[in-house]
Amino acid sequence: MRLPSGGQIDRARKLSFRFNGQYYKGHPGDTLASALLANGVRLMGRSFKYHRPRGVLSAGSEEPNALVELRSGARQEPNTRATTTELFDGLRAEPQNAWPSLKFDALALNDALSPFLTAGFYYKTFMWPAAFWEKLYEPIIRRAAGLGAITTQPDPDSYDKGFLHCDLLIIGAGPAGLMAALSAGRAGARVILADEDFRMGGRLNAESFSISDMAGADWAAQAVAELGALPNVRLMPRTTVIGAFDHGIYGALERVADHLPTPPEGKPRQILWRVYSRRAILCAGAIERPVAFANNDRPGILTSGALRAYANRWAVCPADTVAVFTNNDDGHRTAADLLARGIKVAAVIDTRAGAPPLDGVEVISGAQVIDTAGRLGLRSITVRPAGGDIRKLTVGALGVAGGWNPNVALTCHQRARPVWDAEIAAFVPGGELPPGLSVAGAAAGQFSTHAALAGGGAQAAQALDDLGIAASVPDLPQAEDAPTRITPFWHVKGDARAWLDFQNDVTVKDVHLAHQEGFRSVEHLKRYTTLGMATDQGKTANLGGLAVMAELTGSSIAQTGTTMFRPPYTPVAMGALAGRSRGAEFRPRRLTPSHHWAVEQGAVFVEVGLWMRAQWFPRAGETQWRESVDREVLATRGSVGVCDVTTLGKIDVQGRDAAEFLNRIYCNGFAKLPVGRVRYGLMLREDGIAFDDGTAARLAEDHVVVTTTTANAVPVYRHMEFARQCLWPDMDVQLISTTEAWAQFAIAGPNARKLLQKIVDPAFDISNEAFPFMACAEITVCNGCPARLFRISFSGELAYELAVPTRYGDALMRRIMAEGAEFDVTPYGTEALGVMRIEKGHAAGNELNGQITALNLGMGRMVSTKKDSIGAVLSRREGLSDPQGLRLVGLKARDPQSRITAGAHLLEQGASAVAANDLGYVTSACYSPTLQGHIALGFVKNGPARMGATLRAASPLTGADTEVEIVPPHFVDPEGERLRA
Amino acid sequence: MHDLSPLTALGAAAPRSDTIGPVTLREEPDRALASVAARTDQATVCQAALARFLGVAAPGIAQHVSGADLSAFWIGPASWMIEAPNDRHPDLAGKAKAALGDAASVTDQSGAWVRLDMTGDRVVQVMERLCNLDMGIMPPGKARRTVIDHLGCYVIRHAQGVTIYGPRSGAKSLHHAVITAMHSAL
Repeated sequence: MRLPSGGQIDRARKLSFRFNGQYYKGHPGDTLASALLANGVRLMGRSFKYHRPRGVLSAGSEEPNALVELRSGARQEPNTRATTTELFDGLRAEPQNAWPSLKFDALALNDALSPFLTAGFYYKTFMWPAAFWEKLYEPIIRRAAGLGAITTQPDPDSYDKGFLHCDLLIIGAGPAGLMAALSAGRAGARVILADEDFRMGGRLNAESFSISDMAGADWAAQAVAELGALPNVRLMPRTTVIGAFDHGIYGALERVADHLPTPPEGKPRQILWRVYSRRAILCAGAIERPVAFANNDRPGILTSGALRAYANRWAVCPADTVAVFTNNDDGHRTAADLLARGIKVAAVIDTRAGAPPLDGVEVISGAQVIDTAGRLGLRSITVRPAGGDIRKLTVGALGVAGGWNPNVALTCHQRARPVWDAEIAAFVPGGELPPGLSVAGAAAGQFSTHAALAGGGAQAAQALDDLGIAASVPDLPQAEDAPTRITPFWHVKGDARAWLDFQNDVTVKDVHLAHQEGFRSVEHLKRYTTLGMATDQGKTANLGGLAVMAELTGSSIAQTGTTMFRPPYTPVAMGALAGRSRGAEFRPRRLTPSHHWAVEQGAVFVEVGLWMRAQWFPRAGETQWRESVDREVLATRGSVGVCDVTTLGKIDVQGRDAAEFLNRIYCNGFAKLPVGRVRYGLMLREDGIAFDDGTAARLAEDHVVVTTTTANAVPVYRHMEFARQCLWPDMDVQLISTTEAWAQFAIAGPNARKLLQKIVDPAFDISNEAFPFMACAEITVCNGCPARLFRISFSGELAYELAVPTRYGDALMRRIMAEGAEFDVTPYGTEALGVMRIEKGHAAGNELNGQITALNLGMGRMVSTKKDSIGAVLSRREGLSDPQGLRLVGLKARDPQSRITAGAHLLEQGASAVAANDLGYVTSACYSPTLQGHIALGFVKNGPARMGATLRAASPLTGADTEVEIVPPHFVDPEGERLRA
Repeated sequence: MHDLSPLTALGAAAPRSDTIGPVTLREEPDRALASVAARTDQATVCQAALARFLGVAAPGIAQHVSGADLSAFWIGPASWMIEAPNDRHPDLAGKAKAALGDAASVTDQSGAWVRLDMTGDRVVQVMERLCNLDMGIMPPGKARRTVIDHLGCYVIRHAQGVTIYGPRSGAKSLHHAVITAMHSAL
């Protein structure tokens, strides 16, 4: 019910919302939980395992019970806490884990079967037959026990990631956080103040006491207003700091649009911030813990502080008659506040003998609540006084005050363990906190408002002092400074089930069972019973569970210890972790200079690393890819083809020692490479395995351009930079990548020179005599455009690679096509490129597979013995030098139309396909339109000795089994006459 | 003069410009770039020669400086990137090499980068969605290397905003990421 006055809600405006099929009204400032309570709704969900009726337990992010499916359609989100869901007009929520309805849940049968469904029951019960587990038992259990359902539709919202920097990150905007922020903000420090709530102020908004003659909430609002006006302070409400990471970095999730029906167009729903802080202060407050007693989980039973918060902040109460069950003075505060707001308080049941009296309320000292009644909501409680008769009190709500746990989670994210403070009967931050992090307020066990304000101010002063920022400590406002008077009390003894973990339906009995079965460490207790798991991570449950275990083992709570706290502090949507990196935006795409032209041609693209390369260029009438590829190959070999090869890595190597540097990088000789010439080079890894191949073109004595394979452009650059900086720092060598700077095109085929002569400016003689195979030069094209020309061939044809500054790449491609029309110049893609290099027997990435040496490639003699180079020595290891070892060979299908599968293994005819018979494997395969049959490259043991032999190429994976003839790897123009033409 | 028409990195004949709220993002295609790396043991000589060439002292670590026509920023130990208007310095690398001689290795980088200039009041709010640089305190004249949308970029702070140099092949992705951040943050 809504109280007639008070609360931080806007009563002038009404918001309409729907829950469980019913429409209700609330006000701005409400949460879904407060609005439901205002409408008399106590039943909000069903429990995880026993499907027991449940209502709200807390008023914050620690909520274990009131979980709903929020929104509908693709935006439906399960396990959303009603306590943190800000009410908006049109909000729609459904209860979860209930069937057919929230009020009548058929699976509440589980509750009746609870003697059989104790912790660990399914580990023991569903042992046989083993095959039934996956197909029968697990699906049934998963249907019966669970939380909300996810939508299977793609998330329609977007999520941002971002980066923030500050001198001081303050986590939590309660009294300690606000005081810290005021101190640091006024001193001019760059401050970020983050709070998970939409209204800053923390418990000040939930309490009735005053600060400096102002209501606590008003003081908080005034402080927030002052901070908001400071340019050096960033206020971040609706922002949960989810983790403390290395080097003062914190993760923070800002829910920028969760309080709106949908995010505005183009705006994210949430932002995952990485906050770089020089110092941080944790002012995250404390979480109240319940006490376990029989049937302590009925709707209407809340933590005492939550009951008070609902009355003070939202002006609601679950019932008009309440009681409080407490072991400390804080429960009395709830009773007093509710009484002051016109709520009838039937009694305060205080476990302490000699509990203090309270005006207007009966205090039953040394008493315990031993049972409750009410099927879908609390109707009465049963009280056992210290002496005398058991009493039954008719109440609709009960506030349970078991003491407060400082919110230490973030202090433990780098493995610090909290320490037990007997004075307040709670764990407080201890051990080695994350560097730069300090703790103030209730999170540090400073429970009074005065202590929190003082702690916040002091920690801010210390942090600023550490940072060398001069600051004066502001005067502390007047505030209550009540001591914490608590006598620990964890659970009422009895036979009935008493809940410790509401979210996982873990009872005191379950802890007993865990103890009985030897699962006694807290970590084992957690795994055995599921205590502290799931969305709330046991924020209200963990201490009760380990206190019971401590009792059973006879250890102290300090000795028993806590489980590990890990990020994130509260659940984070997967979308927020992905940010913008999803779908087509998962990674950036690199486009070649001729990309737009290729798109116009209808090219089919393939991803190569991040590059989008044209795979083939279909023409009208071509119905499948091989028709296009065959045509491109034949046209290139028949006349001339053009291919964008910009993606190959280009590394500019300059300096007096450029050639000698390459001499050490490549296994073959480079020191004597003449200016104006290109040489093929093979790089080895340090361990002697082939790393990458490419060409190096010497443009000047002190200038060489190295090309790498597309995939290895970055690794080769990194490798060379490492060698330059770390291995040979005295060499005069400078490196820089120029991959992006030049648009480069391969022009291949018997008419390549004729085509080029129409483009290259006449001042440059590119005749075979003047510009032979493996020549290179800096030239101009198209009347003066600077260019580089390399006479190199991957296809085996007369071929050139022509490079111009990238911005002219598109125009050059169009010019080549226009000038080449008379030769029927044909653009070709990576498929035709691949076919031609297989036909020519050139190794590529498939062959340089990280296991292969120069010797395997048939290039053993390239590893120069006249010099040292990276990998040369280790390439000579005995294991890598087997004369009978793998060698690169060509493979020709005996039946030319029979396909050879890359990855197939080579076996003697008739030999079974087992590893012992393995002779080698196929690395690259294609249909050769030139040879009109299927061919391949592969490695086979003792390859040269097997020329002409027939083997099986068998692929157990695909079922392919082809007879192949072993041939030399050069299928086309083995003497190299074409490329020298 | 040759007769090949250039395309901008974003694939059009004319540079792209987008304004969202108070912030404008403009592609700047007319910028010649050349990298300069001092030869071994020539850092001091190179730095002095570079200062003469630029007309202003060579930028220190993470700095950007502007001369009358040329500007430059630091990209690594004894390494710099020189910028100039392309129309007045079509052979910037050649001129730089002539000025620096054997003290430096010079490489034309004009085609290797896309340059995006972002100006306006709330540039910092956009940049904080893109990279981990502390733009709030990054003074004009600061140049840093960072990663935006997985792409290695240089970010230079100016009084009016920032210049982003990103790899030319990734220009569209980079531009998309920046525009998305502008929509998001503004």
